Amino acid sequence: MRILVVGGGTGGTIVANNLARRLAGEIRSGRVKIRMLSASDKHMYQPGLLYVAFGQMMPDELYRDQASLLESSIEFHVDPVEKFLLDQNKVVTRSGKTYEYDILVMATGSRIVPESIPGLAEGAETFYSEAGAVKLFKKLREFEGGRIALVVGVPHKCPIAPVEAIFSLHDYLKARGIRDKCTIKYHYPIGRLHTIKEVATWVKPHFERMGIEHETLFNIKEVDVENKVVRSEEGTESPYDLLIAIPPHRGMAVVEQNGMGEGGWIPTDRFRLTMNGHDNVYVVGDTTNLPVSKTGSAAHFEAEVISDNIASMIKIGAPVRDYDGKVYCFIETGHDSATYAMFNYQNPPDLKEPNKPMHWFKTSYNKMYWTSVRGLL
Amino acid sequence: MSEKLIDARDTFCPGPLMELITHMKQAQVGDTLELLSTDEGSGADVPEWVHKVGHELVSTEKVEGVWHIKIRKAK
Repeated sequence: MRILVVGGGTGGTIVANNLARRLAGEIRSGRVKIRMLSASDKHMYQPGLLYVAFGQMMPDELYRDQASLLESSIEFHVDPVEKFLLDQNKVVTRSGKTYEYDILVMATGSRIVPESIPGLAEGAETFYSEAGAVKLFKKLREFEGGRIALVVGVPHKCPIAPVEAIFSLHDYLKARGIRDKCTIKYHYPIGRLHTIKEVATWVKPHFERMGIEHETLFNIKEVDVENKVVRSEEGTESPYDLLIAIPPHRGMAVVEQNGMGEGGWIPTDRFRLTMNGHDNVYVVGDTTNLPVSKTGSAAHFEAEVISDNIASMIKIGAPVRDYDGKVYCFIETGHDSATYAMFNYQNPPDLKEPNKPMHWFKTSYNKMYWTSVRGLL
Repeated sequence: MSEKLIDARDTFCPGPLMELITHMKQAQVGDTLELLSTDEGSGADVPEWVHKVGHELVSTEKVEGVWHIKIRKAK
């Protein structure tokens, strides 16, 4: 049984490690072989980018060598896939090699596409890449006052990030002693402050306490870099001195190029996490087209279901459980407090008031992630 | 011109309207999208956005607890 994992992010790495452990006997006896193909030899802890943007983490803290995170029985190659031949159960990589499989796990992830909105790449700062987070930090450090606007592209990874950025921004400017010289305006695509109704209700009094201006039903149409104005599809505009954007995302280009999913998102069964029409192809994390948050947390819980089911299919010929839509998101509410949102397909989150221990838990998790992605936590 | 079904039932995040906006960006002018939602608020907040941004609301009905909202991309 040849299992091929394409992509070495959170979801792909947890699937591969869990399978290597659950199928250790089968691997030793030669009945199972696990391979991973990835575009990079590095693994990034992406939630850390928010801390980089506010000078609380250094970029090199976000990386580990991908090979060091994998069980030794997993064969790992830095050789991204360029062609998926699903009807023949094989892939062709950039180096020209062909890999056959019996089970394929698609974990290619997503990418930011600021260039899809006129002026956004040139006019806005972002913390969704290492270079962007460092540049934003330097801009904030030099900022002496004025109008800060935060805008949100659709779709985007980590839906809590826009709210967290506002809390962090408020605390950062306060710590520098220039909060009273700045206005912060939050713009959001739908008609409330967050897509999760319970988060929107919870955050509203916090925004009022911090003096955050807001405009809802604001989808970014264009950024007029020369005049420092951001305009919406809905016909409004906001001037800015510093523009921070949550950039829109797409799935990976290779998914679109192989005709596997519009926008680079693969049509996926929301419970079994298999690609529609292909029972031997599993899809994890951002790569799915599911109406589920694109977060490391969703990828983690999906990866556990996928690895349990692949292992049980090999051992007893049947899957053992469905994905229930579980997501658990920490919400940093500034530099010394946090809360969380946990929900699934059926149950909305029940937001608690922020507290310090939850912030300490989150800062601990920033280190524990490396244990988590090894499939040990 | 194509028709597309967006099944956003039983989802809290990113939620039905955010799903609709995602698919609307991928659609062509003239395409019709049908959104399925179990969020009670969709009956009001989806038409509000469609009206404000300038697309065409084709129909809205609730069948056995599920909103079926059809929108045509106008620009």
